[in-house]
Amino acid sequence: MAQKLYITTSPHVHCGDTIERNMRWVIVALMPALIASFMVFGLGSLIVTATSVASCLFFEWFITRVFLKKPSTLADGSAIITGILLAFNLPSNLPLYMIVVGALVAIGIGKMAFGGLGNNPFNPALVGRVFLLISFPAKMTSWPVPHQFTAYADAVTGATPMNLIGQIAGGNTAAMDQLPALKDLFLGGIGGCIGEVSALALLIGLLILLWRKVITWHIPVTILATVAVLTGIMWLINPVLYVNPLYHLCSGGLMLGAIFMATDYVTSPMTPKGMVWYGIGIGFLTVVIRYFGSYPEGMSFAILLMNAVTPLINNWCKPKRFGEAVK
Amino acid sequence: MTFILTAVLVLGVTGLVLGLVLYAVSRKFKVEEDPRVGQITELLPGANCGGCGFPGCAAFAAACVKADSMEGLKCSACKSEVMQQIAAITGHAVEVGVEKIAVVRCNGSCQNRPRPRTYDGAKSCAVAAMMNGGETGCFFGCLGCGDCVKACKFDAIHMDPETGLPVVDQDKCTACGACAKACPRNIIELRNKNKLDRRVYVSCVNQDKGPVAKKACDVACIGCGKCVKACPFEAITLENNLAYIDFEKCRLCRKCVDECPQHSIMAVNFPPKKVVEEQPQVQEPAQPQVQETESNENN
Amino acid sequence: MNTFKIGGVHPEPNKLTADKKIETLALPQQAVFPLSQHIGAPAVPCVQKGDTVRVGTRIAEPGGFMSASIHSSVSGKVAKIDTIVDASGLRKPAIFIDVEGDEWEPSIDRSEKLVLQCTKSREEIIECIKNAGIVGMGGACFPTHVKLCPPKECTIDTLIINAVECEPYLTADHRLMLEHPDEIIIGIKVILKVLGIDRAVIGVEANKPDAIELLKSKTSMVSGIEVMPLQMKYPQGGEKQLIEAVTGRQVPPPPALPANVGCVVQNVGTVFAIYEAVMKNKPLFERIVTVTGKSVKKPCNLKVRMGTPVSQLLEYAGGMPEDTGKLISGGPMMGRPLLDETAPVVKGTSGVLLIPEKDAARREERNCIRCAKCVQACPMGLEPYLLATASENSDWECAEENWIMSCIECGCCQSTCPSRRPLLDWVRLAKNRVGGIIRARNAKK
Repeated sequence: MAQKLYITTSPHVHCGDTIERNMRWVIVALMPALIASFMVFGLGSLIVTATSVASCLFFEWFITRVFLKKPSTLADGSAIITGILLAFNLPSNLPLYMIVVGALVAIGIGKMAFGGLGNNPFNPALVGRVFLLISFPAKMTSWPVPHQFTAYADAVTGATPMNLIGQIAGGNTAAMDQLPALKDLFLGGIGGCIGEVSALALLIGLLILLWRKVITWHIPVTILATVAVLTGIMWLINPVLYVNPLYHLCSGGLMLGAIFMATDYVTSPMTPKGMVWYGIGIGFLTVVIRYFGSYPEGMSFAILLMNAVTPLINNWCKPKRFGEAVK
Repeated sequence: MTFILTAVLVLGVTGLVLGLVLYAVSRKFKVEEDPRVGQITELLPGANCGGCGFPGCAAFAAACVKADSMEGLKCSACKSEVMQQIAAITGHAVEVGVEKIAVVRCNGSCQNRPRPRTYDGAKSCAVAAMMNGGETGCFFGCLGCGDCVKACKFDAIHMDPETGLPVVDQDKCTACGACAKACPRNIIELRNKNKLDRRVYVSCVNQDKGPVAKKACDVACIGCGKCVKACPFEAITLENNLAYIDFEKCRLCRKCVDECPQHSIMAVNFPPKKVVEEQPQVQEPAQPQVQETESNENN
Repeated sequence: MNTFKIGGVHPEPNKLTADKKIETLALPQQAVFPLSQHIGAPAVPCVQKGDTVRVGTRIAEPGGFMSASIHSSVSGKVAKIDTIVDASGLRKPAIFIDVEGDEWEPSIDRSEKLVLQCTKSREEIIECIKNAGIVGMGGACFPTHVKLCPPKECTIDTLIINAVECEPYLTADHRLMLEHPDEIIIGIKVILKVLGIDRAVIGVEANKPDAIELLKSKTSMVSGIEVMPLQMKYPQGGEKQLIEAVTGRQVPPPPALPANVGCVVQNVGTVFAIYEAVMKNKPLFERIVTVTGKSVKKPCNLKVRMGTPVSQLLEYAGGMPEDTGKLISGGPMMGRPLLDETAPVVKGTSGVLLIPEKDAARREERNCIRCAKCVQACPMGLEPYLLATASENSDWECAEENWIMSCIECGCCQSTCPSRRPLLDWVRLAKNRVGGIIRARNAKK
């Protein structure tokens, strides 16, 4: 026999899926949003994204090779996604050193400290983002107004829809007039973080992910539905203080978070039932933080909080076993 | 200024009150623990290996204090001096057990045992054992996935990358038996440590008939029975085509070693032989210890 | 179209031999009959070294109620009774027969003529099936006479014929349906008579339209037998999945049986064997084996006498390619690896599959990324990632709490895992251990 036979138990075939394939499709799905942000914020968005991705890759390589002395895990593509997602949660005029610090926290504390991809309890990009938000609140909450193509550090900043919604709810009903048109919110053309400008581009990403079966519909749909229902109820109660739910759906990081960050494999629940509860939890916390919290944007905190509950959800929400009903 | 003063006062008073509450609670719910339990626990290795049959070292210590005699209580990971110390604390006599050591009874190294196939499943002996016939033609020998290494709490057993077999570190092994329990093929056995760590054992557990076993491995026991006849102390038995040396009866004369046509009987830590005459239990000055691996390779 | 509800995957079908007619393989020089070809106690040899046997002579008797007899597939002399490594990887006793000529037992009806009417009584039929040594031909090899005697307290209303053949590559059942539809229908009638019911459903996956059409036209005049096309999904051929797909009923977790929901499932290969045994008095010593694989020169469906070494099948199919990395008895999802090509064809050998080296080696295992694909794929609604981790940590309690004994070892989880974890290896280990713990507990009671 020329060849040694392999001996394993069944199954002997594999569908061919790999971590790399899934990560590659997530990156592809993020591209429409990157293009949209480039069109809105100009070069700034590219600079921030490139810096973030490069530093995430560097820190991952550095930690695996120098500290852990293991083969590099760059090839699985998860560091690239963390980099892009971190950048997508930052204003397009953030000083570069802050981005590097954010990447270090995201990769170093958010991921590698727990043992690398698969073991992290929290979404690494969000850990980095929240760290920056708390450390540099001023810089992190002043967003450049759109269409300043080449401006970076000197970009003019302005209020975002999220600030305005908060102000309206606080009693400043005059701010209602400053709200941009829904069409601008949906297509992009408002101030905010890099990734959240165009709801349309993010939805295209969602379609790509669903088409390639990278994620299932459960998490994004339940988050969006919960937010729509809760804000809809508030709006029906008092349309003067509380804005139309469509504003909530299309503004801030809601779409970005629901489609790309809450669905992060590692930190989301494993069963469909669990995913639904997780989605409802995120949606609820987002609305609560947006309306009653001190931060205008609640998505990051909502996701991180629900990440923390994920192990419990996994424990409670078991899939429906075959033959269980007839028991 | 008053602002700071208020803060200090409020916090100070709160701290004081809470501290008093804690003190009161700790007095009220104080658990009287025999101080000897703590003393014994400190003597124990603290690896919680479970070799004694109790769920951890602290439980063993508690059991020692509670018991009327030390009978049946033995920390397999402790040296006999430590057991003496424990006995001194509890005030009971302790019987000095024979020191034991884990012995790997397989010599199917890559050289001795051809590997016509490649096992490609989960890296665990337990899983590989479910496949029955694995990489080699021997259905009894070491699978080489290192479940024993994972089971050892004392870092005393390691895989030799060259032979693909586990090697016991004589100095670290405490004979807790975790590896023997982990081995799905029961290859590892606890045997008497003997003077100068000298041991004679059949390094094979293959129960196949002679020709089958021989085909699978160059050093497999073929059950020929020559060693049984050679043994002057009736220490060797033959069952299921496999010879076994009873370590209680064996007097380390090594007559069987030369008889074995398959070189499957191992004599470790003996000085190199000069002449062919032997006397049982010759008292010789301590020689530099021969590592078990080396004698494996000599075979 | 019907299918089962929970989980399931869609592996590449690769039915390379779907249009290859069944060919008859020449007799071997020596035939080997392992004594454990079925679930349950091994058979006990009733011949001795030097005895002369004919084709169809019984050479081993059942070793208990849950056992099956074994018949010689060749005529010649018993050479020896020795051990051989079978598909389970264990060294087991087997009867070796040196072939001389091809002399059949005179009681076997060798004509091609269809026998339409069955005059035997229910008990006679069961005795006949038992004597013929028939076992489930789908791969599990459960003794058929045991399956046809369901517990008294269960009322059976439906006979389901498993013609799904959801395993990729295999086409043995497909060809059998195309070439022997009449025999299969008579066989179904025989089983209906045994069970005393009048409804049978033949479940066929939609990727075999020719077989569906042929069987539909043949059964249009027969009342009570229905052909049900099913949506393609693996593991539809699993007994529990098939029952759900056909009737919508879910079999409760073990130790419940299909009979508890009023169903009996038989493989179409078994039905054909029952026809031959009852109507033609021919014991089970032949079967159809698909020899296939992407690198095989001449993939084919062969009618093979049991005991023929796999190497002879491979020779017929153009030899074993140089780059073969895995030799499998059965299909790619549930088949067992063969240690080498000397292993004999047994009752449960539905196919011989060769996998080239480049596809055979598993990829390096990575951390679980908790993508939940195994949970979505599991047709039993289990959490394979959790069970595998529990098994790795020897946490048998956790495994038992999470329904590990329900696992049907279909391999869906492992074949979808992007991290390439050997999930099923671990789950099997835990299932084995938990099974032992449960048995010990029941024995204590």
